[in-house]
Amino acid sequence: MGKLELRETLSKHVGRVWNVAWHPKGDAFASCGEDKTIRIWAKEGNKWINKIVLADGHKRTIRSVAWSPCGNYLASASFDATTAVWDKKSGEFECNATLEGHENEVKSVAWSNSGSLLATCSRDKSVWVWEVAEEDEYECAAVLNAHTQDVKKVIWHPHCDLLASASYDNTIKLFKEDPTDKDWISVATLASHESTVWSIAFDKTGTRLASCSDDTTVKIWKEYRPNNPEGIPTSDNESTWKCVSTVSGLHTRTVYDISWCHLTGLIATACGDDTIRILQEDNDSDPNAPNFSCVSSTERSHSQDVNAVAWNPVISGLLASCSDDGNIKLWNYME
Amino acid sequence: MELENDNPNIYKKINDRVILPEEEDDDVIDEFDSREIFDLIRSINDPEHPLTLEELHVVENSLITVDNCNSIVKVLYTPTIPQCSMATLIGLSIRVKLLRCLPPRFKVNVEINPGTHASENSVNKQLADKERVAAALENTHLIKVINQCITSKGL
Repeated sequence: MGKLELRETLSKHVGRVWNVAWHPKGDAFASCGEDKTIRIWAKEGNKWINKIVLADGHKRTIRSVAWSPCGNYLASASFDATTAVWDKKSGEFECNATLEGHENEVKSVAWSNSGSLLATCSRDKSVWVWEVAEEDEYECAAVLNAHTQDVKKVIWHPHCDLLASASYDNTIKLFKEDPTDKDWISVATLASHESTVWSIAFDKTGTRLASCSDDTTVKIWKEYRPNNPEGIPTSDNESTWKCVSTVSGLHTRTVYDISWCHLTGLIATACGDDTIRILQEDNDSDPNAPNFSCVSSTERSHSQDVNAVAWNPVISGLLASCSDDGNIKLWNYME
Repeated sequence: MELENDNPNIYKKINDRVILPEEEDDDVIDEFDSREIFDLIRSINDPEHPLTLEELHVVENSLITVDNCNSIVKVLYTPTIPQCSMATLIGLSIRVKLLRCLPPRFKVNVEINPGTHASENSVNKQLADKERVAAALENTHLIKVINQCITSKGL
């Protein structure tokens, strides 16, 4: 069994903290919440310090934040129906682009690995793909209406321009650009969860996806390419994504977030029962029916719901979490 | 405005809680019980009638459970008619009232009494989704209506 060791508790936000996102270099992170602020934190000596507060970008709750892969841009998604893109070109963080178009609350924002695409999703049931055009110019490349309900989360594949979204309609959908006519199309629907899918995360290879849900389970999905040796049927020359593992009976309430570490392969979950859990794939696991065991369970990691967890992309075992209790915590996972 | 249920059944209110001497003793730890939760929500007003949720039997003491150990409060409520379009608003009012009154450690589940509403699953799912509840509470019109419902009259 491993152990999550609490390193620091950071209390600057007022009210619920919805999201934390590490800078790609791993030496800073951004947080956001109910108080309509974005805070950027960096290490000074041994302590994490709130270096910057961005307070005038949104009129309502800021639900999520995401750094561009180059680390120069920060995007924020808000209940005010807009997404803001911030950069430091003038020396200080400023909002230099506001993406409008969603009918109501924007729930999530994500940058593609190349940095040339941005995705947003909303309670209006749609997923939008934005192309980064000229300086501070973003063009809408697609409005995807495949989901039938509120879309909670968007993420990009770690290597290619494949987009995944998770919804209140209980499904996960995958989208990509059709090379023949440049249209964005839905290429897969991952159905198995019995309630809202709150969050999703790819492993480092991008051939597996983890999802977490209001149904209190975590599921692992595996990509089967056309003509796969296992004989899993595929159609239209597209991969089939199959649920190969379900972790049930572990979480006692809604699982709000999931983070799959690309350095260690560990999965962290944020749960409405105030617990942070760490899952690890068994050594002798069958790739077509893998088994994930809970190697650490930190009860009362926060005093209220845990809303997000994020593994540091550079420092192995460093985890950030945030909660309805208004705190951000930094943890170190010890084997 | 036309009333959806123009002739609801009206029930007698239950008596006020009798305060026992030991409850006034500050040295005795008294845990939350269902009666205490009931007292918090019984006087919420119905959105369309000048009556309380207790008088309409929308909330009942026996449909409230409290698990103090795990800090869980579960409230089942019964819409006056199975097609009630106010069901979500009523559930939201109960949720907001408890959110404001209970210590933040409590997890509050507000659900429709099984079998008493045509779309109970979708109403329950919406009430359980804290992100949608948070967004709804930022809606100035809606929060005004909810505040009217949860403000007790005659107190």
